[in-house]
Amino acid sequence: MKRFSLAGIAGEAKLLLIGIPVLIWTMLPIYHLFLFAISPRDAAFSGNVWPEEPTLRNFEIVLNQDHYFLIHFWQQLANSLIVAIATGVLTLLVATFAAFAISRLKVEGGRTVMNLALFTYFIPAAFLAVPMYRTMGLYGLLNSKWALILAMVTVASPYAIWVLKQASDKLPYELDEAAVVDGASPMQLFWMVYLPLMKPSLVAVGTYALLLAWNEYLYAFLLLSRDTDITLPVALGNFLAADDSPWELLMTTGLIYALPPAAIYYAFKRYMVSGLTAGAVKS
Amino acid sequence: MNTIAVSETDAEAPPKRRGWSPTRVWGTILLVPYVLVFLFFVVYPVCYGFWLARDPQSYVQLFEDPIFVRSIFNTLVFLLIGVNLKMMVALLLSGFFLHDRIWIRWLSLIFILPWAVPSIPTILSVRFMLNPEWGVINQLIFRFTAEDGPNWLNDPTLGLTFSILVHIWKSLPFWTLILLSGRLAISKDLYEAASVDGASSVQQFRFVTWPSMKTLYVTCTVLSMIWTLGDFNSVYLLTGGGPADLTHVLATLGIRYLRLDQVNLSMAAIVTALPLVLPLVYFMMKRLSK
Repeated sequence: MKRFSLAGIAGEAKLLLIGIPVLIWTMLPIYHLFLFAISPRDAAFSGNVWPEEPTLRNFEIVLNQDHYFLIHFWQQLANSLIVAIATGVLTLLVATFAAFAISRLKVEGGRTVMNLALFTYFIPAAFLAVPMYRTMGLYGLLNSKWALILAMVTVASPYAIWVLKQASDKLPYELDEAAVVDGASPMQLFWMVYLPLMKPSLVAVGTYALLLAWNEYLYAFLLLSRDTDITLPVALGNFLAADDSPWELLMTTGLIYALPPAAIYYAFKRYMVSGLTAGAVKS
Repeated sequence: MNTIAVSETDAEAPPKRRGWSPTRVWGTILLVPYVLVFLFFVVYPVCYGFWLARDPQSYVQLFEDPIFVRSIFNTLVFLLIGVNLKMMVALLLSGFFLHDRIWIRWLSLIFILPWAVPSIPTILSVRFMLNPEWGVINQLIFRFTAEDGPNWLNDPTLGLTFSILVHIWKSLPFWTLILLSGRLAISKDLYEAASVDGASSVQQFRFVTWPSMKTLYVTCTVLSMIWTLGDFNSVYLLTGGGPADLTHVLATLGIRYLRLDQVNLSMAAIVTALPLVLPLVYFMMKRLSK
């Protein structure tokens, strides 16, 4: 009843007045990307909202590496994947160990490490990139995937430790005590009690690190340079340098590159939103 | 029986803190991986960076470079206008997403996309929209007025404006989500009491929402400022710092000097940002490490 009253309709209209601009604002660049990807080369520049003859030809060209800009497409996609997975796994290992030691084992100096990690989290990413680039050079890691993986682990783990510590502080200590009474060593406690209980947070943190590494542009662009070593975003960035960039192919590649993180985000949304927003800002 | 007895003795004598108990040994071992990452990839680079930035001459050179002075100005504009605009819109939008409608729930799923997808394809998409010859905006302007539109990114003011808009586009969803969770934590009773007292929606915001959200809002704004300082992509991918290096911010300027092989200047440029960064970091550390 209330729904169809005059005031109800006016209220709904007011909401739509906000909702429609929000939808347009959000979708404009993404829709534009998509429009280019399904348009034949000439039609893409016409300014139409929908191509007269939508085509998957661009995808075919990209996936078959049929353009000299794209001869390493699959290799670069694989590089992105390798870096993202390695970063996810390593970050999880490093951060889970640290959070467990700090939160459950109450190791001496744990607080200090925690604060140092938080401090790292607050160094603006682009500011750490410059000295990091030089240091990777000194370590002889430049142009190796390891440089990027380690850099991403460094950037991702402070936040990961922070979120995991917040979550593990909430687990009841009685569990640990009961396990210790039953004769569990700290490592058994870790594997058999701690990890199973932390699963939702581990999924959130692992996904966070994975997406961070997959989406990273600056560090990848600084640390890798050979065409066969670079990740997909760097390859996309390199298109920009050319005068005759095939924009429709650039957009298609961009769309292919943007799909996995969006899909992963929606698949793990439940974990991501609760795990990450809870850890992000403690009010 | 036996186990209870053991736990009681444990309770009397809490686990030994002195000596290398298994707990302490394992705790230390498990902490080592992160400490190594921190030493090799944070402490050493930061010290090395300071060492590279040690020459006072670098700072003289820096302040004589008009591009540097301009980029300080741009960074401040980015922080003052960009961050505050973004946070205010996020605060208002979080109120919009509070409404329980099916279409708003769908919209909130779409709304999160800019944050979920990588920056490079979407920023390049915006860049192409603004292309003077082939971009969709100038195509439309030409269709309706039969005149050529402006060369958007060739104007430093417009270039910076669009960089800020791109930055807001990308990070608005995240902050809206955080502020929304803050709003959801406010007790419904407060609003009911307020509406019983005849408070208008503006008054409800003023006397209920804002006082409950103030701390969260300030914390979010400070954190957002830190992250905005580190945002390289919005400027670099949209304008590349151009035209004539007039749209650089500190994040892209450091990389620019690095690319020109002026590592000392690059580090010095970052060091000059410290008076701005450190108070923000101090504020956040105090907030979070209680």
